[in-house]
Amino acid sequence: MTTTQTADLNRLATPPTFQSVSTARKIKNGVATALVYLAFLIAVVPLVWVLYTVIQRGFPVILDIDWWQKSLSGLLSRQQGGGVYHAIYGTLVQGLVCGLISVPIGLFVAVYLVEYGGRSKLAKATTFMVDILTGVPSIVAALFIYSLWITTFGFGRSGFAVSLALVLLMVPVIVRTTEEMLKIVPDELREASYALGVPKWKTIVKIVIPTALSGILTGVMLALARVMGETAPVLVLAAYAPFINYNLFDGPMASLPLLMTAERNNPTQAGFERIWGAAITLVLIITLFNLLATVISRWLAPKTK
Amino acid sequence: MNERIVAKRPADTDTGARRGVPAARPAPEAPIPPTTEAEKKAPHVRPGDRIFRGLATGSGVFIVVLIGAIGLFLLIQAIPSLALDKVNFLTSREWSTGDVNNMRYGILDLLLVTVVSSAFALLIAMPIALGIALFLTQYAPRRLARPFAYVIDLLAAVPSIIYGLWGLFVLGPVLTPIGQWLTSTLGFIPLFAEGNVSIEFGGTIFTAGIVLAVMILPIITAVTREVFDRTPPAHVEGAIALGATKWEVVRTTVLPFGKAGYVSASMLGLGRALGETIALTIILSATGTAFGWSLFDGGATFASKIALAAPEFNDPRSAGAYIAAGLVLFVLTFLVNAAARSIVAGHKEYE
Repeated sequence: MTTTQTADLNRLATPPTFQSVSTARKIKNGVATALVYLAFLIAVVPLVWVLYTVIQRGFPVILDIDWWQKSLSGLLSRQQGGGVYHAIYGTLVQGLVCGLISVPIGLFVAVYLVEYGGRSKLAKATTFMVDILTGVPSIVAALFIYSLWITTFGFGRSGFAVSLALVLLMVPVIVRTTEEMLKIVPDELREASYALGVPKWKTIVKIVIPTALSGILTGVMLALARVMGETAPVLVLAAYAPFINYNLFDGPMASLPLLMTAERNNPTQAGFERIWGAAITLVLIITLFNLLATVISRWLAPKTK
Repeated sequence: MNERIVAKRPADTDTGARRGVPAARPAPEAPIPPTTEAEKKAPHVRPGDRIFRGLATGSGVFIVVLIGAIGLFLLIQAIPSLALDKVNFLTSREWSTGDVNNMRYGILDLLLVTVVSSAFALLIAMPIALGIALFLTQYAPRRLARPFAYVIDLLAAVPSIIYGLWGLFVLGPVLTPIGQWLTSTLGFIPLFAEGNVSIEFGGTIFTAGIVLAVMILPIITAVTREVFDRTPPAHVEGAIALGATKWEVVRTTVLPFGKAGYVSASMLGLGRALGETIALTIILSATGTAFGWSLFDGGATFASKIALAAPEFNDPRSAGAYIAAGLVLFVLTFLVNAAARSIVAGHKEYE
């Protein structure tokens, strides 16, 4: 018995036992592999093309120091020069205020889902609604804030209204990432804390959230980068101003996307420069926040064994 | 990244919460699992715990209420304007809200343009996204899979206004000869017939659909990739042991396992495409003629129509007309997203 097996193993498999892969199957495999590689290459084309367009058209504009230090105040639509610091200010402030409101809400919702909700009906409804909120188009969020803040409460268009609309877009992103991060905090940490008699809320604040902090902050940075590029809310809820307005709560306030839509109908060379200069500035700001996210996740990562 | 509806681990959450409650109570002399009687005997809850629990639960309730409020407020604003509408809101193709005493508006044209451009985008994006997801999970070298996935995610990081400008000023002119060729050779098919806007200018549903496809690609890819990653290794190994080629392994294990996730991901992409605003506002040329079922028509989607009119929202009655259109868009995306979610909810193996 044993001897025959050894003999069999030593002999090479020949056609009746082992059939080589048929040509048809080889061709199918080859075609599938080629198509899969091709799909990836197709996706890279628009990315490279878009970035190339933005850099090629916008880069010469932002080299001028005035671009970062001046606004477009007092300039005619055909006059070149000027800068966009008023729009950069608007984009950053609207984004940061939105972050200040969104982070606590998002954090608490995630804490509820992971630490308190369990399988209750409310938790299920909340998860479902967070998914729905993720899919709410930005224009609908803007219309909601318009009908709540401007029509119902009677406030005017302002940067703050934009921040409120951005909250609707940012909260679900923060909930999702925070939830994922809180889930991977090991239960042993919670149990050790409870065993020492630490109350549940203190365990969450001092043990669970700090452990997940790097992931949460990364998510916040990515969410901020996303909302800063949103155009629909600024279009509905803010009026454009070519000058600086520090007041978030009153008056027209520029932001980079709004500046781009305002200059879109400007056919002059100055309009072209403003549009693509603002485009590359926006891309740079978003890249900066993405880089911050990476840095935070590297530096603040919990020191595990 | 933010569409992680497939990665749920309710089992862990549950045990965590259940373990937490008894341990938090100061009952060191009772190592036995607490009975219902013991639960009743512990009325002392720390105020900190009560406040924190209230805040957390309140935030959960807030999200649920928020979605309801969005629908409710849009409805409240829309109803008075709908009452002033002189034509049927659902079946009319007119849109004139300038004169508030004679508002004639209907959503049929907006609905058709929105659905056709999104469907066209989906048609392009679905096979490519499937290919990318397979590439990233099955074909790409392990070491490079993560950076490659990052490249695809970068597509999602580009603001939609930049896609819009690129689509109109850069991609549009490149697509013009292709569009002209399609209309001249395949013009007898209504879908490729001469449209109601100039092809030279590029502001067609054709251009818009291709740009939309690029924009929804990363969403579909991200969710599909996650599902494909969960294919049980035993299935894959079994297929390899039976002598399957790489493609046969994919076809017999990864694809059947991930199919529902892929369909769900595509619906999420569709939801995003339906609501995309500024890119379409920039690309689509306005036209006075009704949509004629051609990809080379112009027109407006729900979102782009609202965005174009938004700066002039001054009279609540005419603004209400656009809010009514926004409400329809909200319901549409709600349904698509809920459907996407329910497809995945039926599949326990994705968790």
